Amino acid sequence: MSWRPLEVIAGLTARELLRRRLVHALLLLTALVLALTGWGFSRIPHLHLGGELLTPQLARLAAAQLLLLVMFMFSFVVGLTAAFLAAPAVAGELESGVALAVLARPISRAEFLLGRWLGLALPLLAYVALSASVEFWLVAVGTGYAPPDPVGAEAALAGQGLVLLTLTLALSTRLSAMTSGVVAVVVFGAMWVAGVAGAFGSAFHNTAISAVGTVTHLLVPSDGLWRVAVYEIQPKLFASASLSRVGSPFSATSGATPAYLAFAAAWVILVLAAAVLSLDRREV
Amino acid sequence: MTSAGAGEPPGGQAVLTRGLTKRYGRRLALDGLDLEVGHGEVFGFLGPNGAGKTTFVKLLLGLARPSSGTGRLLGRPLGDRSARTRVGYLPELFRYQGWLRAREVLTFHCRLAGLPEEGFRDEVTRSLELVGLAGRGEDLVATFSKGMQQRLGLAVALLGSPRLVVLDEPTSALDPVGRHDVRELIRRLRQEGVTVFLNSHLLSEVELVCDRVAVVDRGRVLAQGALADLLSGEGPRVLCRDLPGDVLPGFGALRRDGEWVSVPGLDSSRTPELVAAIVGAGGRVYQVDEGRASLEERFLQLLERA
Ligand SMILES: Nc1ncnc2c1ncn2[C@@H]1O[C@H](COP(=O)(O)OP(=O)(O)O)[C@@H](O)[C@H]1O
Ligand SMILES: [Mg+2]
Repeated sequence: MSWRPLEVIAGLTARELLRRRLVHALLLLTALVLALTGWGFSRIPHLHLGGELLTPQLARLAAAQLLLLVMFMFSFVVGLTAAFLAAPAVAGELESGVALAVLARPISRAEFLLGRWLGLALPLLAYVALSASVEFWLVAVGTGYAPPDPVGAEAALAGQGLVLLTLTLALSTRLSAMTSGVVAVVVFGAMWVAGVAGAFGSAFHNTAISAVGTVTHLLVPSDGLWRVAVYEIQPKLFASASLSRVGSPFSATSGATPAYLAFAAAWVILVLAAAVLSLDRREV
Repeated sequence: MTSAGAGEPPGGQAVLTRGLTKRYGRRLALDGLDLEVGHGEVFGFLGPNGAGKTTFVKLLLGLARPSSGTGRLLGRPLGDRSARTRVGYLPELFRYQGWLRAREVLTFHCRLAGLPEEGFRDEVTRSLELVGLAGRGEDLVATFSKGMQQRLGLAVALLGSPRLVVLDEPTSALDPVGRHDVRELIRRLRQEGVTVFLNSHLLSEVELVCDRVAVVDRGRVLAQGALADLLSGEGPRVLCRDLPGDVLPGFGALRRDGEWVSVPGLDSSRTPELVAAIVGAGGRVYQVDEGRASLEERFLQLLERA
């Protein structure tokens, strides 16, 4: 494998995102959402409860709750964006025939696939880092609440995006663009539901149900990484979960263990390798 | 442009396959193909729809894998990427990134082909001119007509002075002028020593430009050889009446087919002598046929026999 063709494909892929105005659309909408939520957060310290202004402590807790909700939506945007980007990136080129002239060049299938992956992954990472950082900053300025580990949270969200991106890309080496996108999104949703069920199980010490969550987190680590992000975003005291928050998608009782992070990284690498093998065996 | 044929190992073949077979499920797309194309040759791969032409080219370029058999492309095993550094390819299904400008598509292919960066501009301009797209380089590919996209595909195939150019039905979307241009292009490539592998079901196209042809049908080669050999038919025939006897002095036994008279194995260069001898023997000549079958006749004959 060599770096040069990989770089050429990655460059073309990233350029397509710009040319098709995807970057513009995403940044514009995100700026809009950031502005709206930023304004909303800045109003929290001015809220009244029983005729009295919220104490700064209460305001920060309210802000933390709201931030989790906003980030939950953001994690969905990241996951869906990853799936939408990846679905046509390989399947679309194969279906249309654009891949014929490209793959007849001195380039290996691995270089083509990894180039595609890199050309989508880097812009996705940049997008997650940029928009999450701005959101965290707006919350800190408006309410004084800062997540305990903002960088860790961003990394977990980006990781979740990479999981979706890699999964969809692997599917799209065999399935049509449309099918890969739909399958990936359904898997994403199912993992999330199963994660909620698992959290419920652990809260009630039901080993069977809690096993569902564990297996889910090992099958596709999208929800697992989302929980890691939650842990890094929420105030430390949330982790000792009160029953009212049990089973909600916004709760996490434990943070990232190094073993789980290593597992998630290995999962991405393994699925990427499977995608390369699958494309390598495929006829164009 | 450098002479692309230079520096070849003597005796090597641009394309060589042995028993190349491709199965799609139960359908046999290629059935043990043995083919050789010498360097600098313009080779026509001729066959009806579904004969296996496109499949063969895909195997050559590593786009699909053979079910069995082997082959070499520019001396390298099939699928070896280094062989593809000096190969230009116009697919039967020509599609290029519609969101790019024509120049950008070509520059992208220059990069993939590993050409020297400082030469991109000139190379792109040169190839656009070659295919008659000069002045359209800044247009989005999506705005091109089908014929223009095929021309762009030709330009892509010609980038970087390839040693071998593989053209799969290169004129399928072109008007008569475009077809003429492609023939001129192929002749030019031949002069430069470039090997051309031309897939076509258009007999006239092949007849006009190819040195050698192979006729394929249902995955098998029915005949291959120099075009002249393939077309040399039964020798000259003469339509005459009132010719007595079945033996002609100096020519021996005659073969008769109705009013047509011929001499088995006679070279067409002796046609005038044959006519003179027939007239000398009292025959009245109405028509002379040099005996060169048209490619279409040969083609239909071969397909019928198979
Ligand atoms: N991907 C494929 N899957 C199944 N059958 C195929 C595939 N590609 C080609 N074939 C079959 O192989 C045969 C040869 O096809 P092809 O090489 O495209 O013919 P040609 O280019 O000579 O018209 C046809 O019968 C075609 O249906
Ligand atoms: Mg074909």
